[in-house]
Amino acid sequence: MSEQAVVTHAPHGAHEAHHHEELGFWRKYVFSVDHKVIGIQYGVTGLLFLLFGFSLMMLMRWQLAYPGAALPLIGRIVGEARMPGGTIVPEFYNELGAMHGTIMVFLGVVPLAVGGFGNFVLPLQIGAPDMAFPKLNMASYWFFFLGGVTMLASFAAPGGAAQSGWTSYTPLSVIAGSGQTWWLVGMIFLITSSLLGAVNFITTTIQLRAKGLTFMRFPFFVWAQFVTAFLLLLAFPPLEAAGVMQLMDRVAGTSFFLPSGLVVSGQVIQRAGGGNPLLWQHLFWFLAHPEVYVLILPAMGIVAEVIANNTRKPLWGYRTMVYSVIFLGFMSFIVWAHHMFMTGMGTAMAAFFQTTTMIISIPSVAILTSLIISLWGGSIRYNTPMLFALAFLPMFGIGGLTGLPLGLNVADIPLHDTYYVIAHFHYVVAPGTIFALFAGIYYWFPKATGRKMNEMLGAIHFAGSFVCMNIVFMPMFLVGLAGVSRRLFDGGATYSFSQPVLHLNVVSSWGAWTLALFQIPFIFNFFWSIWKGEKTDANPWQATTMEWAAPSPPPHGNFLETPEAHRGPYEYSVSGASKDYVLQSEA
Amino acid sequence: MESTTTDHAAEIDRHVRVYLTVFASLMVLTLVTVGISRFHFPVPIAVTVALLVATVKGGLVACYFMHLISEKRLIIAILALTVFFFIALVALPVITVHDGFWMRG
Amino acid sequence: MEIPYAVEVRRDTGLINGKIGIWLFLASEVMLFGALFASYILIRTGSPSWPRGDTMLDVRLATFNTLVLISSSVTMVMAWASLMRHRFETFRMYMGATILLGLVFLIVKYFEYSAHIHEGAVPSTNNFLAIYYTLTGLHMLHVAGGMAVNAYFWGPGAKLWKTNPEWFTNRVEHSGLFWHFVDLVWIFLFPTLYLL
Repeated sequence: MSEQAVVTHAPHGAHEAHHHEELGFWRKYVFSVDHKVIGIQYGVTGLLFLLFGFSLMMLMRWQLAYPGAALPLIGRIVGEARMPGGTIVPEFYNELGAMHGTIMVFLGVVPLAVGGFGNFVLPLQIGAPDMAFPKLNMASYWFFFLGGVTMLASFAAPGGAAQSGWTSYTPLSVIAGSGQTWWLVGMIFLITSSLLGAVNFITTTIQLRAKGLTFMRFPFFVWAQFVTAFLLLLAFPPLEAAGVMQLMDRVAGTSFFLPSGLVVSGQVIQRAGGGNPLLWQHLFWFLAHPEVYVLILPAMGIVAEVIANNTRKPLWGYRTMVYSVIFLGFMSFIVWAHHMFMTGMGTAMAAFFQTTTMIISIPSVAILTSLIISLWGGSIRYNTPMLFALAFLPMFGIGGLTGLPLGLNVADIPLHDTYYVIAHFHYVVAPGTIFALFAGIYYWFPKATGRKMNEMLGAIHFAGSFVCMNIVFMPMFLVGLAGVSRRLFDGGATYSFSQPVLHLNVVSSWGAWTLALFQIPFIFNFFWSIWKGEKTDANPWQATTMEWAAPSPPPHGNFLETPEAHRGPYEYSVSGASKDYVLQSEA
Repeated sequence: MESTTTDHAAEIDRHVRVYLTVFASLMVLTLVTVGISRFHFPVPIAVTVALLVATVKGGLVACYFMHLISEKRLIIAILALTVFFFIALVALPVITVHDGFWMRG
Repeated sequence: MEIPYAVEVRRDTGLINGKIGIWLFLASEVMLFGALFASYILIRTGSPSWPRGDTMLDVRLATFNTLVLISSSVTMVMAWASLMRHRFETFRMYMGATILLGLVFLIVKYFEYSAHIHEGAVPSTNNFLAIYYTLTGLHMLHVAGGMAVNAYFWGPGAKLWKTNPEWFTNRVEHSGLFWHFVDLVWIFLFPTLYLL
């Protein structure tokens, strides 16, 4: 190690012995460099943002179910500017929509899936004492926090928060109110956080894996996080550049995204012009398409772990899954313009992008199929993590399959920007990713706290959420097929072709509000179990991966002895073994 | 070049000679590229030549100052992947826009 | 608790953590500047007309600046080589030169910007200037950032040489990689903006 390091300490009374540092409260719990603390910080913050983002949507769903109706109590809290007489005005609806999307994706799901689970579990699963760059890890969290605060503060901007969609399409976003500037600044903080985190994850996975842990012995969760980190590393910078350019357009009067002769409110704007709104879209989607794989890959990782554990057998098709996830990550960079089929794209490039898009569905299907086949012949245990993991499979299946017509240029024509799209991506992210994240919480809660969450409450949480998710989103396919566009502040009420499907808006809304009620057992369970949950040992699930070799919760430095990997990650039901599982690090 | 402090004095001397040679080349190429620009060639030719010279200069900096010529395969692999996506980013949007409706006629 | 392979090399990769870390970061920077280059190409090819760089900008000043930055790259790598030869004072000399050359670059750019602004050539004037200011502005931020890190290693950070010379040498090498990258970006920026 550092034989050359001569550690000299001036005599002093306080802490700072070399190995047994007693850190004060702030350095231990707030500005910690321990990946487990940082992971929990990300996780809890992410969950809070998920709840907030969900609340924004629940408000929107009032307007969608009962357009123009006054909402009594909440209307008064929100205030006259946004809800005069308790009715949601269009600008506020747009604010809710843009911020719901932004918060759920960038402040909720990714921080929880990558920052939370990635940080907490990855070093443990590879037998490492921490991340390669612990201080950088801490910085990543605080940049994320800063970004979150900025996004929340933007609601106080005159004119409100960003209201040009989470996609911030130009030129609308360029002429929008000051909240959009806050959005751009917030995004720059969030992107910085992700970039630093990605550097850490990749370096850690390559360099700090335990002896004997070759790449093809990684738990699939590790592969998923590893590929995700590359997506974040290489896809985010173009959005950062675009964000800077949009800031220049808004603040410095440039015309990167403003075409010549743009007319706003009947007047030609006094700008140099010569810009191209499509430039924003290309740069945005260059990130935003890989971003959706950032949303799903960690989820697939979690589901893989939970399924292997609760079928008591190895994953079927591990190699296929690994090659698929690598191929998926690679392809994800060259499909983005399937989000832009309706921008006047020529047939040559449309053909290119729809081809790459069809190709990328193959590894996706391969992974899902492997997970499904993994169930065959298994001794299935139906604990709460497994319930969510099992549900993920058909839900992601629906989400993925419904994406196919969207990925084909011609089929996309009637479907683009309708509720069909909303249904498609919510199926993948909501009963898809978020269910996987729930599975992960129930699964790794004992590792983080030394206690299990309550199974009965978990089952209620699961059952209610599963039913309600489908009530919310299944009707939206029909609404979209009828032709109702997304982002309409009245849910399509003014259009004649919407009339036959308008009642489905009411169904979705009640589904959403009921879904909220079913999160209460989860929230209660989460906090109650921290103090009163059933105490467990290091390996309550009898799992094979290395995080379960560490104590629950693991101490600073994670393992009592540096682990070494002696076998693959899923040695369940090995004939001749004394137990139906063998830890990867067991001698 | 490894990042070890084991003193390869002669090896470092050789590297220093390389650095100075590269330095001289970079200065010369800079003056070359400025000189060529004075001829005001048609844009496609000017762009090609300028980018070619820049690539040579950049290559020298990358290979010798940044030691890529003797760097480990892992690093080269990461950079190769990056270059591929860089090309996609630079080429696909402009091709798509020019293949599109708004550029016709 | 020590993080393994911070200083000594991991055998199967042949690398230390910081080396991988800095190259990963540089990869992301390639994509950042790549996006701006992509934007430049898209906007320029979509414009009915585009001014030639030398009609808008001062080529001589920029040529000088290019030579300055290239020189600073040489002094940077020489700073690292000095550490490899255990010549700490020589390191300080070369590192100091690198920082000073960076400062010269920034000062020249300050004069360039002032002159333009004085004539009313600001980012909002046209897209050529918009992309010029954005590209060179972002580049300048990177120059400043690199200078800050270099100044740290020249100054307070140099203490590490006494306690862990190997680690210090590696960190200077990584800082150098960032600095060379900044030079590399300019090598492409200069002809693109000023000569074409």
